[in-house]
Amino acid sequence: MNTWIAIGVTVLGCYAVKLAGLLVPAHTVERPYVRRLAALLPVALLAALTAQQTFADGHALVLDARAAGLGAAAVALVLRAPFLLVVTAAVVVTAGVRAVGG
Amino acid sequence: MTAARSVRGVAQHIALTDQTADGADKPDAAVVRDALGVGVAVGLSGFAFGVTSAGSGLGLLQTCALSLLVFTGASQFALVGALAAGGSPFTAAAGAFFLGVRNAFYGLRLSQLLALPRAVRPFAAQWVIDETTAVTLAQPTRRAARIGFTVTGLSLYVLWNLTTLLGALGAEAIGDTRAWGLDAAGPAVFLALLAPMLKTATERAVAGLAVLLGLGLLPVLPAGVPVLVAALAAPLALLAEGRRRGRTGQDATDGVEGDR
Repeated sequence: MNTWIAIGVTVLGCYAVKLAGLLVPAHTVERPYVRRLAALLPVALLAALTAQQTFADGHALVLDARAAGLGAAAVALVLRAPFLLVVTAAVVVTAGVRAVGG
Repeated sequence: MTAARSVRGVAQHIALTDQTADGADKPDAAVVRDALGVGVAVGLSGFAFGVTSAGSGLGLLQTCALSLLVFTGASQFALVGALAAGGSPFTAAAGAFFLGVRNAFYGLRLSQLLALPRAVRPFAAQWVIDETTAVTLAQPTRRAARIGFTVTGLSLYVLWNLTTLLGALGAEAIGDTRAWGLDAAGPAVFLALLAPMLKTATERAVAGLAVLLGLGLLPVLPAGVPVLVAALAAPLALLAEGRRRGRTGQDATDGVEGDR
């Protein structure tokens, strides 16, 4: 049930902001500070999410196969690999490290 | 769903607007080809979401509902990740919501470019995401922009939902998604989205501070909350930037306009 509540709130919230962008007159929110904040918020959230989903196990910080997988993804990004290849590299390397007992 | 592409799109848009003034036009087929390229490539990554969501413990119906009704990748990944970590439904939804706020700013630009009738906007809204914005902004004329938006939105929506379903079914079939390394798909997606955003020192500082806050607070705060606190890195960095500008006597709007 909790999961459905989370899904419902996310559905409504995400749709509302999409629609708001199309309906609200541009000049009301197109202030430099607001635009800059909107550009920086995803940076902060994505960075924190990347780190947590790589190093967190519940409330504990751990170093396991996922870190190797993320390293592979970073290398793929530096080599300008396409999106799907970046994700695949992370999955394959994580599975590989786990298979050899990491 | 990459912001780098949208930034590139803006640059292209500016370049192409100049061309339009000289009467240059883009054939409809070329617009459709560009739109399908983006729609198909990104649409296929719904598979990673389906697998991740099922691996996070969401049911098939819940996973498909997210792709059908939320339809903005980063928010979907964030939500299932937070739920898997044991976050409350509201903190999990809050993280997903804040990631989705950028779509409002895409909508502001798109509504001027597409000039949609009011009655169409509620339907078009669901397709206002990174990829459709990037393709639309890159088009030289209103006609091309409308075709680009529609074809990208339709192809991406259909494929993203199909591959979500396949991914969720696949995950149920293979059982332990961790053994296959599939729990690394989520963070890899986030990193791939983040990388092109780290253009200036401010962005890198925000990312670094957010990582410290997100990991440092993880042991002491309820699940999902550290990510929300980490979001404060954004206004903090802007504050610091403003102060620095104030001290050096520079115009505070300087680099802001140059950003996008």
